[in-house]
Amino acid sequence: MSEMRRVTAICNGTAIDHIPSGHALQVLKMLRLDTGRSNPISMVMNVPSGKMGRKDVLKIEDRELNQEELDRLALIAPKASVAIIRNYHVAEKRNIELGSELINIVRCSFSNCITQNSREPLPHKIKIISADPLVLRCSYCGKNQDIDQIVDFII
Amino acid sequence: MGDLITMDDLTNEEILEVLDNARSLLPVAKGEVYLPLLQGKVLGNLFFENSTRTRMSFETAMKRLGGEVLNLSSIGSSVAKGETLYDTMQMVDGYADIAVIRHPNQGAAQYSADAVEIPILNGGDGAGNHPTQTMLDLFTIREAHGSLEGLNVMMVGDLRYGRTTHSLSHALVRFGAKITLVSPESLRMPDEIVSDLKSHGGDVKETDEMSSSIDSADVIYMTRIQKERFPDEDEYVKVAGVYKLTEDDLSGAKAGMIVMHPLPRVNELHASVDTTKHARYFQQAFNGVPTRMALLCRSLGVEIPKKVNK
Repeated sequence: MSEMRRVTAICNGTAIDHIPSGHALQVLKMLRLDTGRSNPISMVMNVPSGKMGRKDVLKIEDRELNQEELDRLALIAPKASVAIIRNYHVAEKRNIELGSELINIVRCSFSNCITQNSREPLPHKIKIISADPLVLRCSYCGKNQDIDQIVDFII
Repeated sequence: MGDLITMDDLTNEEILEVLDNARSLLPVAKGEVYLPLLQGKVLGNLFFENSTRTRMSFETAMKRLGGEVLNLSSIGSSVAKGETLYDTMQMVDGYADIAVIRHPNQGAAQYSADAVEIPILNGGDGAGNHPTQTMLDLFTIREAHGSLEGLNVMMVGDLRYGRTTHSLSHALVRFGAKITLVSPESLRMPDEIVSDLKSHGGDVKETDEMSSSIDSADVIYMTRIQKERFPDEDEYVKVAGVYKLTEDDLSGAKAGMIVMHPLPRVNELHASVDTTKHARYFQQAFNGVPTRMALLCRSLGVEIPKKVNK
């Protein structure tokens, strides 16, 4: 519980717990919250965790993450716990589920893939080959994606 | 429905059915019988990248079955003006009943299939897949060995960019083949393909040395090191000419072993092999016609008679 004292409780918004240690900044980027015009965000990194050894925690004020955003989160923090906070209480717990295909969430990183032409209008599609360990493959060109670089290819 | 983008689009039973149909169509492919099964149908032959055998054999296949062919090459068409593949395909959807596409970008065939209603056959997408070549390769192997089961197959050369070996190895492991992949380190089969082959239970060995596997092989599948796929010419020069199969190399080979090559060849397959009983590559090139006839009929839902009389 020591990490809970590091940041104050939020009135309304979303708390994301059990983010793999050191990945909170990637989560913010993935959720497109890494801008100066985003909502107030509190972040703790590398705090002790009974379950994970160390973990990161994010609290995003006045913003309830939707399912599409949770799907994005699944790419780097599939075991994170997400709580929607309303009036200082946990109003809902949301599960992160990785579906079978990601539509227009990340684009293929392979330089010779047909989807590299930004004028091609069909959606970017990435298949989930395996959830643990995470293996992603472009549905068009069949190339496996580098999971460590995936955050750079977020749409 | 009738798309053929990768070998995953066909079950083993469907593969064998297409090969049986291709055999029935041999007299038609040779021009001995005219069988207008596809009269009134139009094939869009979309070649955004150079091709000799694939384009010509699809055209022959369609014409021998009474169908018509529209040819598009990227030179001098709206593709050169910057048209997207999506837009080009919308047009083809209206002009043709079925299309074969070859494209330099990997994934272009699946992308086209998603963009249109008509069936799409992948005629080679970048360094991705080339399933109609695989079907004619399987036809050639089955005609020579009587079966596809449990063969010892060597694939030699550019296994990184060589799409024919990508599709063929996928198909062969499903029939229990033992595959030896021979390539220079820089042209190894892509990791995702090797791991797929192994996860399908494939017996796969990788090596950079050709000669020691020749005597136990049932099939030697040579490929050209493709200059046009190298981003850097220096890298090409380092590996060009690393494998050269000659008649002398085959002295200890099994009597029924066949040498195949998707062609064109450069130096990797010496002309001295042509006159040996092992050479099968020109036959293989012809086999594109009956096999593609059977695939066109399958995709268009046209039934092929079991026996075609001369």
